[in-house]
Amino acid sequence: MTPEVISLTHGVVGYDGRPVLRDVSLTVTAGEVVAILGANGSGKSTLVRAVLGLVPLSAGAVTLFGQQVRRFRQWQRVGYVPQRLGAGSGVPATVAEVVASGRLARRGILRPPGRADREAVASALRAVGLADRAKDPVATLSGGQQQRTLIARALAGRPELLILDEPTAGVDTASQEAFAGALRGFAADGGTVLLVAHELGPLRPLISRAVVVHHGVVAHDGAVPDPAGHHAAPDHDHVHPHGPEEPAGLWSTT
Amino acid sequence: MSLFQYEFMLRALIGALIIGLAAPALGIYLVQRRLALIGDGIGHVALTGVGAGLLFQTSPVIMAVIAATIGAIAIELIRERGRTSGDLALALLFYGGIAGGVVLVGLSDSTSANLNAYLFGALTTTSRSDLVTIAVLGAAVLIAMIALRPALFAVCHDEEYARVSGLPVRGLNLLLAITTAVTVTIAMRAVGVLLISALMVVPVATAQQVTRGFRATMAAAMVLGLFAAGAGVWLAAVADTAPGASVVVLAIASFIVVTLLAAGWRRIRRARPEPEPAPEPHEVLLGGS
Repeated sequence: MTPEVISLTHGVVGYDGRPVLRDVSLTVTAGEVVAILGANGSGKSTLVRAVLGLVPLSAGAVTLFGQQVRRFRQWQRVGYVPQRLGAGSGVPATVAEVVASGRLARRGILRPPGRADREAVASALRAVGLADRAKDPVATLSGGQQQRTLIARALAGRPELLILDEPTAGVDTASQEAFAGALRGFAADGGTVLLVAHELGPLRPLISRAVVVHHGVVAHDGAVPDPAGHHAAPDHDHVHPHGPEEPAGLWSTT
Repeated sequence: MSLFQYEFMLRALIGALIIGLAAPALGIYLVQRRLALIGDGIGHVALTGVGAGLLFQTSPVIMAVIAATIGAIAIELIRERGRTSGDLALALLFYGGIAGGVVLVGLSDSTSANLNAYLFGALTTTSRSDLVTIAVLGAAVLIAMIALRPALFAVCHDEEYARVSGLPVRGLNLLLAITTAVTVTIAMRAVGVLLISALMVVPVATAQQVTRGFRATMAAAMVLGLFAAGAGVWLAAVADTAPGASVVVLAIASFIVVTLLAAGWRRIRRARPEPEPAPEPHEVLLGGS
């Protein structure tokens, strides 16, 4: 049996008394690539934040690699890619400097960076196709390139588990493809992935399982569902083809 | 440089140089976190400590360090809660600090000249023991800011990511709060409570007009701080102006000069026809697959 990497059992999260997740259970085993899908406000981002211990559960339990998230200390095994770069960057920083932060979990705060750190940063930048931008200020990059910088930061720590929060939202097609390539490489090396997405786009062939969150509960857990609802609308920019018939899907409002 | 044959001038110069180096090394993290004016607020709180020191006839500087540290930790805890009311809480702390200081100084036997020394700095009265305090605390701040740069950068850049990296986020934040308090208190001797933030922030603002990365900005800001402090004390000596204000005026003057030069340089570069960089062939390849 493959070991459990993430286990969330009967998780409940509420903000200011308003429930966002009600009784959600999710298990991810080693080597899986799991997508959490759902409409805006369905609670899917809260779900990954709860898994990481960034938002407290009001009931239920989360374990990472078999350890309670509160007591979990092996953060070098986890790579996290937030939705976007934090707003608190009033001082310029180069792409390489941001990516180098990804080494801290492995290195600790007191040891100065060494050759292994520099090599890991360089190879992470190559994996996302940004090697030539290493010395450029992050602020001069496009949104998609900034998103790739964050993925490189997570990859630089050589994690076993990648957790990504809407990595492709508002990202140009070229960056989405570069991103899918990086993720394919990570999964091929045996990495485990949990990602939140509004739509899958070029990531679709990589996903081994999809979990659909709807109104704070898991509405589906299994094969990747066919796009429906506004995703199937003629004006919707789809990167992948689908049949002329609109199947009754999970997002359809009817 | 015959002016510096006087020992008090030499002490003033050395003290100013240490502060000129340490203040921007700390200030860069405050700017990165968009808390550029926090030093100002903590300075207000430090003034209550000065007042208490003068009133109880104990060392005003030590009392100021204590008051500023308590204030800085309180501000950090308010910030951590992340509530909008934090804004109001900060205002209460700041104005409470300055008002408390003025009241306490008034109750003591000190003259208003004494209060002025803390409000606007009194570099030339730096005693030998003051200088030792400045040197020891300044060195501690510098070492912490430089040795912990990757971790402090990560925390100030993206706090959630730092948390998921297993960094001691709260410890690092408190370290920043305490070093801010310490820096404010030693800088109080040089430039005064009302001008402290300038020395922490203005060199950083100047440096980032021309730098591309964080490490380069930090190094450049420290050089600029050192220059402003040295030149400011020299200017004060030859032109008989207030040293603290002279340091700040020079720091702001370099900001204006560097900004204008950088803008001019960018204009020249734009005017020159430059071949467009190749549009990332790697992606095009992937996109075609």
